[in-house]
Amino acid sequence: MTTKLFGSKVARVEDQRFLRGQGRYVDDLLHDDPRLLHAAVLRSPHAHARITDIDVSDVLDVEGVVAVWTYDDLAGPMAEPLPLLIPHPALTHGRTQYALAKDEVNHVGEAIAFVVATDRYVAEDAVALIRVSYEFLEPVVGIPAARAAERLVHPDVPGNVGARLEQENGDARAAIAAAPHTLSLDLRIERSACTPMEGRGTVARWDPDTGRLTVWSSTQTSTGVRGCVAAKLGLDLAKVDVITPDVGGGFGVKINHPWPEELLVPLAARTLGRPVKFTEDRREHFISSAHERAQEHHVEVGFDDDGRLLGLDVEFWHDHGAYTPYGLIVPIITSTQLLGPYKPQSYRVVFESLYTNTVMVTPYRGAGRPQGCFVMERTMDAIAAYLGKDRAEVRSVNFIQPDEFPYDHGLVFQDGRELEYDSGDYPASLAKLKELVGWDEFEAFRAEMAAEGRRVGIGLACYVEGTGVGPYEGAHVHVETSGKVKVATGLTTQGQGHQTAFAQIVADTLGVRFEDVEVTTGDTRRMPYAVGTFASRAAVMSGSAVHLAALRAKEKALRIAAEALEANEADLEIADGVVSVRGTDASIDLGTISVLSNPLRYAFDEASKAATQFSVGDPGKPPVAEDDEPGLEGRDFYSPERATFASGMHAVIVETDPDTAEVRILKYAVVHDCGHLINPMIVEGQIHGGVAQGVGGALYERMAYDESGQLLNASFMDFLMPYVTEVPASIDIDHLETPSPLNPLGIKGAGEAGVIPSAAVFAAAIEDAERIPITAMPISPSELFDLRRAHAASPASEETP
Amino acid sequence: MSEQQHDVRLRVNGSVHEVRVPARRLLSDALRHDCGLTGTHVGCEHGVCGACTVLVDGRPTRSCLMLAVSAVDAEVTTVEGLTEPDGSLSPVQQAFSDCHGLQCGFCTPGFLTTIAAGLEDNPDPSEDEAREMVAGNLCRCTGYQNIVKAVLRAAEIKAGS
Amino acid sequence: MKPAPFAFVRPSTLDDALAALAADPGGKVLAGGQSLVPLLSMRLASPTALVDINALPDLGHVRVAEDGVRVGALARHADVLADAAARESQPLLAMALSHVAHATIRNRGTTVGSLVHADAAAEMPMVLRLLDGHVEVASVRGRRTVPAAELFAGPLESTLAHDEIALEAFFPALAPRAGVAFEEVARRHGDYALVGVAAHAVCDGDTVTSARLGFVSVSDVPVVVDVTDALDDPAGRALADLEPGDDIHATADYRAHLVRVLAPRVLAAAIEHARSNA
Repeated sequence: MTTKLFGSKVARVEDQRFLRGQGRYVDDLLHDDPRLLHAAVLRSPHAHARITDIDVSDVLDVEGVVAVWTYDDLAGPMAEPLPLLIPHPALTHGRTQYALAKDEVNHVGEAIAFVVATDRYVAEDAVALIRVSYEFLEPVVGIPAARAAERLVHPDVPGNVGARLEQENGDARAAIAAAPHTLSLDLRIERSACTPMEGRGTVARWDPDTGRLTVWSSTQTSTGVRGCVAAKLGLDLAKVDVITPDVGGGFGVKINHPWPEELLVPLAARTLGRPVKFTEDRREHFISSAHERAQEHHVEVGFDDDGRLLGLDVEFWHDHGAYTPYGLIVPIITSTQLLGPYKPQSYRVVFESLYTNTVMVTPYRGAGRPQGCFVMERTMDAIAAYLGKDRAEVRSVNFIQPDEFPYDHGLVFQDGRELEYDSGDYPASLAKLKELVGWDEFEAFRAEMAAEGRRVGIGLACYVEGTGVGPYEGAHVHVETSGKVKVATGLTTQGQGHQTAFAQIVADTLGVRFEDVEVTTGDTRRMPYAVGTFASRAAVMSGSAVHLAALRAKEKALRIAAEALEANEADLEIADGVVSVRGTDASIDLGTISVLSNPLRYAFDEASKAATQFSVGDPGKPPVAEDDEPGLEGRDFYSPERATFASGMHAVIVETDPDTAEVRILKYAVVHDCGHLINPMIVEGQIHGGVAQGVGGALYERMAYDESGQLLNASFMDFLMPYVTEVPASIDIDHLETPSPLNPLGIKGAGEAGVIPSAAVFAAAIEDAERIPITAMPISPSELFDLRRAHAASPASEETP
Repeated sequence: MSEQQHDVRLRVNGSVHEVRVPARRLLSDALRHDCGLTGTHVGCEHGVCGACTVLVDGRPTRSCLMLAVSAVDAEVTTVEGLTEPDGSLSPVQQAFSDCHGLQCGFCTPGFLTTIAAGLEDNPDPSEDEAREMVAGNLCRCTGYQNIVKAVLRAAEIKAGS
Repeated sequence: MKPAPFAFVRPSTLDDALAALAADPGGKVLAGGQSLVPLLSMRLASPTALVDINALPDLGHVRVAEDGVRVGALARHADVLADAAARESQPLLAMALSHVAHATIRNRGTTVGSLVHADAAAEMPMVLRLLDGHVEVASVRGRRTVPAAELFAGPLESTLAHDEIALEAFFPALAPRAGVAFEEVARRHGDYALVGVAAHAVCDGDTVTSARLGFVSVSDVPVVVDVTDALDDPAGRALADLEPGDDIHATADYRAHLVRVLAPRVLAAAIEHARSNA
């Protein structure tokens, strides 16, 4: 595009309210409404139990308690299980929870009773007075226990297997059997979670005068919530508005819906006739939202003397927790995105998705890719070690080359479409990364450090990320008679700066001043057709839709202007909201065009007189032409054939303390290719955040369940999210811009990328420093210490062959 | 039995708020819900994340670890109180905008109050001191890179003004 | 996560505070609240009443005299850490305090409160124990001095009676020819230590006449071990008295290993400090 804002580091417009403390997050809403009620939830303290009795009699006398509900109080669709959002033929045993547990609980934290009171303190007092009788069942915790299937999570799911899915391109097993070299690896990643700073939350208000329900939810999909609320409460869709206010981070967890509270709060608001609010607290977020990442993998690989992949056969086990509302998205992504920038001559992958008595699993930033990247990159490093080759070189020989796009892997991706890469330049990325991190100079640095008694290591990891999956997003652009431009797109925002990025696109496309553009996201009143914010899709999907809608508005503006100025459309240009005839003084501003676009009977101000019936229009024609509509608006949708594939490579240099086994990050380098950048400042911010989250996932964060299914670290005290002191002091970033041919702006998604290669790149660097195979992540100093001791005791058995 | 209520006079951002609260009311809740100052956010309610940080007599303090009834003698400053009287952004706020020091904005008020006080103590921090200044606040979005830059930038703006 | 109800008083005289505390066996003292309030919010502690001592006069002091540092019940960690005279008198205070949580917590949390909270994973109880300091306590029954060696009863349990308020802690000054050092390993900056070690050494010329180590997070109560007779293997000597445990952050073996790494290092630093303090 030959425009000025697209590609610029434009300061974010949303910052103005956030910096003044004027953001409006869900818990901020209706705070001064004296009728507002507050909800709290009784949650299971046990991982697996049958509920034999619930006694709420003590609660009823508590002053301030307005309602207490258990499963028996629910009726109709509310008494049925929550929806299975993404069915898949391979998900033969999908299970979802009830809004309130019916007769059994399957993880610590599962909702059992719902209390509404005049304030949250009182609601919590009431929750503490509910008495539940349980019949204890043995819990299934962890993948080995789930596979062993000595006990079942759901009695009607044999082997605890919710799904088994196999895909193959070529005959991988035969290729491995015939390969000159083979290796096998067992690789494991533990549970972690998104942990946005703001937990879940929902507020609802029922208006009895209009029979309308308004729901505000901290969600990544307001249209998804709207559909579920309407269906479960038996309301017409037209009677339900869902608004996503400012959201304090999502990272995936808020795409799942409806949460029990997202239904119970609106139901309570309607039943009680008063607004109701639920704000999740931190402990609740740990035990009753969603986790991700836990997978165990077995790899068989056959390769030639150069390290070229001849056959790759991966089997893995995915722990999806107690329920499967989000289907198989995470393991499908692992199974396909594992391939990264490489082209094995044959590939087979099979996974089992397993039930455990733990919090359910839905996508967390990266969504299965960090695990896949870990598996592939650990395999690459093992091959390099086996052949005694440079790790970058082994990767190079396996890269898909720039002239091989589009590249079809012969597999089906998470959106049900073929896994076909649209564009990329992996050799160029690798060259930039090696330069950025000092790959070729590292051995000299290692020697220098060794002379000081210091131990350092370097690692690199590559990924490809399918972004911008369908089905679609839409946008509506409305030029008001003031010339101000109001833009709406339906997907939601959790801090990505959509109000700025989309305004940049509209300002450029339509030819208006950036300051005159105001963007609304996630409000079903403004754009009822939308999907949601996940899979790094907002810029690609809504960015494209916003561009197309602005084009529609521009076309109309030019048509009306041409008529008003008695000029040829081809001679018109728009800049700063003014249409002018090239080479003349003749011009008309968009506000006036907006006035003219809407034939009026009644003037409402001075300017609008120009559009009234004695002022404008050809008496021989209908005021609004047959193929036209009133108003200066554009509305359009973007629905691509398939995802667009962004890519990148990370490298890290770490120092491991020979005494304490602590890991220190000395240098972190990122080469990133997300096609054209709308706002490089925002993209770099996304990378920074992803890298920090990746550092957490690699070195600090894990969900520590004990054998009884208790989460031992359900607080920020013990779930170790990095502070500034744990992240790299600087992150060196270089961009490559390989545009996507699939959308009008040539963009690819950027939101998740930073976190994808972290486990892989840290494992590689620690392994390089320690000369001990690293096969499981995250890794703590205590675990590295154990590895050192085991390795010192029997180095041969630990060595990769 | 009704819970005993306490009449508490809170001084926040130079204004007096007379509130009637039970003893257990956390200062964070009192600020947000009784004073209507929702700029102070609650991220963990156990004192680890720092989102609720306000200034109590000028010192950064976790408002989730203080009872409203204990704040009677204190002068409290929240993020709303950082904005200049004419509505313009204070140096720290401006620096966060300049450096893209925020994304979702939820942790931001805690950083802003912490840094505002930190720069009073140390107007010209080194990069390490800037990092130390924000070392007790969690952010899940930014990876802290631009927050550290914003501390240094804020010092610059403050020195120039 | 909201506290359960409790009664609340904020007395302005010590006598009123002591009377209030004596009147309710379920009552508890609220000073900085940085450990107590999270326990209240998680409903892991449910006192029937809180006696907020923050309005009591004359307890905010950090007073330095020739014999050492006296810290009042309302002196915040940050006040002690920032006090140059205190640092001069007993350098171990600042060495350890800079590891106590984060600055924002230190702004409100009190050093005396941390002592009577008696957490063996916290730095200051160990420091008081290593330095053989004491705490002055008061109740309606009178006043008494509790030596550090008699202050810690068990995990998160001091020997104070429920009606007693700790008014002041005393940390002895560093004697001539004595030296101190402190080091700890934590998962994140500001977290509770996986293992923390402080050392106190006294030298007479080249001879180490006294060497004692204090440990954080490797026992149920703050432990001090005399290693004067085991200078070549202080960790081995200490580990005989310690009970490092497993938790989700570290194994007992790793904690023992950290004791072996830190103990000789910290002891050597304290001895060097002692020699320079001749």
